[in-house]
Formats: sequence, C-alpha cells, structure tokens
Amino acid sequence: MTDISTPQVKPDFMRFVKANIRDYALLLSLLAIMVFFQFNTNGTLFKPVNMTNLLLQNSYIVVMALGMLLVIVAGHIDLSVGSVSGFIGAVAAVLMTGTSPNPDLFTIPKFDFVTASILCLALGGAIGAVQGYFVAYYKIPAFIVTLAGMLIFKGLALSVLGGASVGPLPKTFQLLSTGFLADIFDVQLMGAPFNLLALLIGTVITTLLIYFNFKDRRSQLQHGLAEEPEAIFYGRNILVAVALIGFSFIMAQYKGLPNVLIVMFALIALFVFITTRTTFGRRIYAMGGNEKAAKLSGVNTERLTFWIFTIMGALAALGGLIFAARLNVATPKAGAGFELEVIAACFIGGAAVTGGVGKIIGAVIGAFIIGVMNNGMSIMGIGIDWQFVIKGAVLMFAVFLDVYYKNKG
Amino acid sequence: MQPILEMRGITKTFPGVKALSDVTLDVRPAEIHAVVGENGAGKSTLMKVLSGVYPHGTYSGEIHFEGVERKFGKISDSEESGIIIIHQELALVPLLSIAENIFLGHETSKYGVINRFEAISRTKDLLKKVGLNEHPNTLITNLGTGKQQLVEIAKALNKKVKLLILDEPTSSLNETDSNALLDLLMGFREEGISSIMISHKLNEISKVADRITVIRDGMTVDTLDCHAEKISEDRIIKAMVGRELTDRFPPRKATIGEPIFEVKNWSCYHPLHAERQMIKNVDLHVRKGEVVGIAGLMGSGRTELAMSIFGRAYGQKISGEILINGKAVDVSTIPKAMAAGIAYATEDRKTYGLVLIDHIKHNITLANLDGVANVSVVDDLVELAIANKYRRDLGIRCSSVFQTTVNLSGGNQQKVVLSKWLFTAPEVLILDEPTRGIDVGAKYEIYGIINQLAEAGKAVIVISSEMQELLGISDRIYVMNEGKFVGEMPAKEASQEKIMRAIMKSWDK
Repeated sequence: MTDISTPQVKPDFMRFVKANIRDYALLLSLLAIMVFFQFNTNGTLFKPVNMTNLLLQNSYIVVMALGMLLVIVAGHIDLSVGSVSGFIGAVAAVLMTGTSPNPDLFTIPKFDFVTASILCLALGGAIGAVQGYFVAYYKIPAFIVTLAGMLIFKGLALSVLGGASVGPLPKTFQLLSTGFLADIFDVQLMGAPFNLLALLIGTVITTLLIYFNFKDRRSQLQHGLAEEPEAIFYGRNILVAVALIGFSFIMAQYKGLPNVLIVMFALIALFVFITTRTTFGRRIYAMGGNEKAAKLSGVNTERLTFWIFTIMGALAALGGLIFAARLNVATPKAGAGFELEVIAACFIGGAAVTGGVGKIIGAVIGAFIIGVMNNGMSIMGIGIDWQFVIKGAVLMFAVFLDVYYKNKG
Repeated sequence: MQPILEMRGITKTFPGVKALSDVTLDVRPAEIHAVVGENGAGKSTLMKVLSGVYPHGTYSGEIHFEGVERKFGKISDSEESGIIIIHQELALVPLLSIAENIFLGHETSKYGVINRFEAISRTKDLLKKVGLNEHPNTLITNLGTGKQQLVEIAKALNKKVKLLILDEPTSSLNETDSNALLDLLMGFREEGISSIMISHKLNEISKVADRITVIRDGMTVDTLDCHAEKISEDRIIKAMVGRELTDRFPPRKATIGEPIFEVKNWSCYHPLHAERQMIKNVDLHVRKGEVVGIAGLMGSGRTELAMSIFGRAYGQKISGEILINGKAVDVSTIPKAMAAGIAYATEDRKTYGLVLIDHIKHNITLANLDGVANVSVVDDLVELAIANKYRRDLGIRCSSVFQTTVNLSGGNQQKVVLSKWLFTAPEVLILDEPTRGIDVGAKYEIYGIINQLAEAGKAVIVISSEMQELLGISDRIYVMNEGKFVGEMPAKEASQEKIMRAIMKSWDK
C-alpha cells in the first residue's frame, strides 16, 4: 500500500499530441477548409464584407449549437430547435407589428421590441421546459418528444403568421442582427475608414485570453500538472492571438464588430464556463457518461435533464429572434432545417452520440466548418444539390474518424 | 453401465484465474445428476464448457458423449447431439407466443414461409408432455415464471434432448411449481432422458438425485451415490464448504457502541410486478463501530434490500422505518438518503458505480461536488487535493488522478468507488459485494479499509456471497433468504455450515 510513486508528469510531445489529436484535427480542418476556399474563391472568403456576412449567417446556428451540445452530452437529442426558432420568430413579428393572424376574431396589441423579445425568450424556455418535462419525468425518448415538437411548432408558426410573411420589424430590433458597435474613433487606413474600436476590442480580448492561459499554466506547473508540452502551449497561444487579432483587423476594415457577434461571444464564454467549471456542467457530463452511476451518486438526473431542455428552448428562441431580425421579416419557412445544421455542428465538433463527450469550443468550430463550407461553396457557384451531398459526406467522415480512432484505442 | 456423458480432466483458465482445474463428471443414462457447490465454485463454467459456450480449444480435457469424443465449437453443435441447457435467466422472447418461441431458430417453414398450423399442433403435443395447459398462441409475457420454465423444457424436448441441463431451475419457483418440475424430471428419467441439475436446494436434491457431484474452488471434491447410502444434507454441506479459514483478514480492535442505524419492518415490492414482494418485513440494526454482514444466496434479496433503503433506488410500495442515531430519517430519494448519512457502494461497479469514460478525480468528487465548489463553481485545486488525498489514503494505483477509470484494475476501481462515498462523510456505509472480481491482495486492502471505517465509528454493512469473507470481517451476520432474514448470529459463533443450514431450513418450511 505504500509504494505509490507520484510520477512527475513529464511533458511528452508525441503522447500529448496523440491524446488530444481530436481537438487539433478539428482546428486544423477548419483552417484547411478556410485556406481551400480562400484559394478557390480567388480570395473572396477573407474579404471583410464576406467575413462579416459569414458571421451573421452563422450566428444563430452557433447560438443554438451551444444548447444542443448540452443536450447531446446529456445523451439526448433535440429535433425541434428549427421549428421552435421559426415559431418564436413568428411570435416576435406578430407581437412587434401587432398583426393578428385573424383580425376578425381578435386583435394583438403592439409591443415594444424589448418586451416582445423578453416574452419570446421566456416562451422558448417554456417550450423547452415542457419537452424536457416529458423527457425527464416520463422517460419518453427525446427523439420522440422533440419530433412531436418539431411538427407542432412548425404548424403553430404557420398558424400564427396566418400563412403569410409578417414584417417589417422595428428598426431598433433589426439592429440585433444588422447593427455594429459604433466606432468612437475616426481613423482612416489606406484611404478607407477603419474601425479602430473593433481592433482594440479584439486586442483586449486576445490579451485577456492569453493572460488567463498563462495564469492557468503557471498554476499547473506549480502543481506538477502541466501535461501540455511547452512548444504546443506557445504555438497554440500564438495561433489564437494571430487568428483573433487578424480577425478583428479584417472586421475593422468593414463596419466593425456586429452586435450579434458580441452576443455570440458572450454566450460562448458563458457556456464554456458552465461546462468546464460549474457543478451543473460536471453533472451533465457524468449523467451522459453513465446515467445510472450519476443517479446513484445523488445527481438529480430528472431535474438536470429538465433544465438542459429549458436552456435549449431559450437558445432556440434567441436563434429565432436573430434570424427574424436579420431577414427583417418572419416567414413560415424560417427555421426549416436548422436543427440538422445545429446537430451536425455538434457531431463534427466531436460530441458523441452515446453522450458524456463533447466540448463547447468543438461545437462552435463545427458550426463554423459548416458555415465556411456553405459560404465558400455558394461563392464558388456549387449548386445546392451538391452542397448537401458534400456537407453530408463531411459529417459522415468526421464521425467515422471519431469512431475509428476510438475503436483503435 | 456405460455413462452417457464423461467429462475428463477439464481445466479452464481465464486471464489470471483458474476457474476449473481437472474436473471430472460422468452422467449415466436415465439418471438425475445433481451438481452442487458454492457461488463461484465453477458449476456454471463447467456447464458452459459442456454446452459449447466456451468452444473446444479454449479449455483442456476431453468430453465424451454417447461413447464418442465431442469437440463442440458452438452451442448449436452440442444441441445437435442432444445436450440442451436451460439457463437460470430464461431465454424466451416475451412478446412472442409459446409456439413461436419453441420453434424459434428452426421454424416449421417452407421456402422461408412459416407453416403456423404444423407449429401449433406440434406445440400442443409438447405442452401435453410437460403438463402445461396453455394454448400455443399464448404470449410468454402472460405466463408466470413456473410456466415459462416448462416452455423452456418443451423447447428442449422439441430438439430431441438426450441430456437436459438445468441451472437453478427452481430458484424462482414456488413450492407447487417446483414439485411439478421435479416430477417432470423423474418422468423423463423413466423415458431414459438424463438430467444434470445445478441447485442450492439440498432438500430437492435429496428427493430426486441419483448421484451428486460436489465442486469446490473449481475442483471435483466428491461424487456421492444416493442409492448406495443415505446421504445427509450435512454431509453435502461439509463437502461444499469444507475449508479452513486462513489468515486472510486483517485484525481489528472492535469497540462497539450504541445502535446508530436501525431498519424497522422494511418491505418492498418488485418494480415491475407489483404483487411480488421482494423484501418481507426485515428488521436490522448496526451499532457504532460494528461491521454487520448479510449472507445469502444470489437472488435472496440482499441487493434489493440495500437499494430500497438507499433512496428507494429499487422497488415500489416501500414501507418501513429508518432510524439514524435513534431519530427517524427521510430516505425517500437518493439525495435525501445521502443527506441522512447513508452511502451505498454498488455490487456492479461498471454499470452503477463509475463513469468509466471519465477520470479518477471527477469520479471521486461526483457524489459530493458541492464539497469542492464555491456557489456551484468547482475549485479545481481543492478538487485535485481531495482526489490525491484519497489516492494516497486508499492506495489507488494509477499514473495520476487524471487516469480514465475504465483502464483501472477491478481493485483500484473499487477503491475509487469507496473514495467517492468516503468523501460524502457517511455515518452508514452499505458495501454490496465489495470484493467481487478482485484479486487476493486487493481484497486484503479493502478489508483494511472496512476495518478503519469501523474503528472510526461508522456503521458498516457488508453484503457478500463469499461466506468466508463475511465470517472474517463481520462482527455479526444476518442470513437472508427469499427476501426474509432467516437467521442472525455473532460472527464468533457462526460457521459456513450454520449459515447454509439456516438457508436450507427456511426452504424446508
């Protein structure tokens, strides 16, 4: 009982790379895909205006992927997010414009956009809560519950809109998706306006991120826990710094940082924190890894599942609001197929169908892999038919690699 | 008389364990041959060798059946030669009919189209033979366990059985059904069909068996002929357990105080079959610093008792009272039971104990995350210190606490489970089969941990199928059978014979 040596964990380059190959492969794939499209679109991909568009197009997918990752890690699935986001977009439009689907029967008062948005987020949370209730307490498979939800809210969206598009939406509400952080400086770069604020914010965030990385690293070294080899640690930080500052530099050349980007980054940071640092997040992973063991360890698995679906519902609502604000109109077709992109993002990002495995950053990168592919292929003029085929193949390939390497040990 | 079956020098090893060592078994034509032994003695392994579950080549030794050496590569090989095994857990498809089950795998079909009427008429004949008065179209799910057992036997008859193997056939049957089954076996004997019956119920064995083979620690100890002399149950028990206790248990200074954990009139019903009472009015108490053992055969209700106490994790219609330090406590949910100071370490580490894909540190803190968190935010360094403390205290052998638990040995996995529960600082620990599947060295360490807990003034309940283990570590032993406590004795006065006799006596009633 006494011969327990505490072997100092030596940073072993190859061993570490092997253990974390999935994370690096994901990041490198995104880079490779970006470089590929940069060449094949004659440099259009990285143009400031296109980068901005790319972000705006994918923001709602990223937002919903955050919630979906929790759902998938918990061992469930949510097929209803597309319909729910479409339905919420419809409700938002109806409330903000005061359009009644059936004016002969009843009228709807016109709400200001803040009240309407809050009501919509609450409604989304409530929808998630109801679905979560059936999954958690009646043990009905989430696949069934949310399949039903998908149909129900698709129908309700149609009904709320009276089968037609409702718009336009208030200007102030549109700013959620079309507005940018106003520049407080007035700077020119090479004869064009340059949004110095965007670059500054980018630099500050990068500095903070690297500061925290180094702080963690120091604490790890103190406790003999630094498994990551130095070369990789520095390489990773330099890469992140270049990417973030480069990105904000590109954004600064157009209109600066979109409002929705700020919302998205704040949510990503929040969800990374929740999944890695809180007891709530830890319990989700434990439940997804072995529900019976988690339950016998005193984790209230029912309540946990309930809350996960509630969060998912609220995020689907936010996604719906962003999408409606972007189009400036709520259409009956809004949200169709979103659930597929959101789920694909999580699986490409390394989440496991069996639950217990997956990272927020992975899901975000997965969402951007799909987003860059959508954007790049469209610019290249590839037809929508082949776009579906290619995206499907990428999803299949990503999951195949996962399973293949897992079986190989 | 030429035996119908001869197994000679059967040796079967699993990585690290010798399950069978030079076992000999012969069965004569038209004989009921009983195979007895403790849990884990190797009876089931022997039957798996015979029926081809472990194919020829994975064991050494010879099997002769009807005078010819047989090398079964798979189960269907042994079935073809007329050896049919009926397992303890019945292998019937619940939502198919009796006829469909009997003909499953070799349907009465032509070009893939099933001839239902032939199947039904042949099923009727078979059911008549086994004395089951049910229509062949009845679904299995609508039959009781006794009748399902008969369907299994009918299925065996359909396969032209020459040697029928029954693994604990009456363990889940009531008296009437058991007797019917035994009569049926005697009927088969008249027709020249031999049976091997694995059973713990010595009264049934004395009633029907012609000869008895006793297996202990993977070896044939004795073969007793019931016709040559009168075999007493004591003689069989002695052969089954006759071993000396060696110094396998660390010493403990027991200072036993007042009762701190009491269970009063505890009853519980099966979670699916609401009419089936699994735990029947159990009373139990554990004193401060005392280790209490619960002995019993598999299926006697020990795990069900423990899990129903631990936040109603098992069963329904639970009634009874739990007192800790003399005060009634609410144990209606797992978090409440934990808050009351109860911890339950499961018998099945992999399914119920650990998150195998996660590492040691996360597993250790899972049951008490708030103990390493500030307002729901986990403090990594505190958590790490806790994990390393238990790694040191319990001697968990690992490269670091970041090692995934799936890669740990059974003994180290068990120590992680124990660490998890120790970190919840319980008053009462229920350890269900704490040393199952663990090597001797790790067992000794686990016993040491149990002793430390008792010395620290906790109440410890140990459920174990290894009677020696219970005798070695407990202060007091309850004997459980069929959901009831059928005996209670101080460990000093207890012996394996006494425990076995208590179980047997409860069946005789």
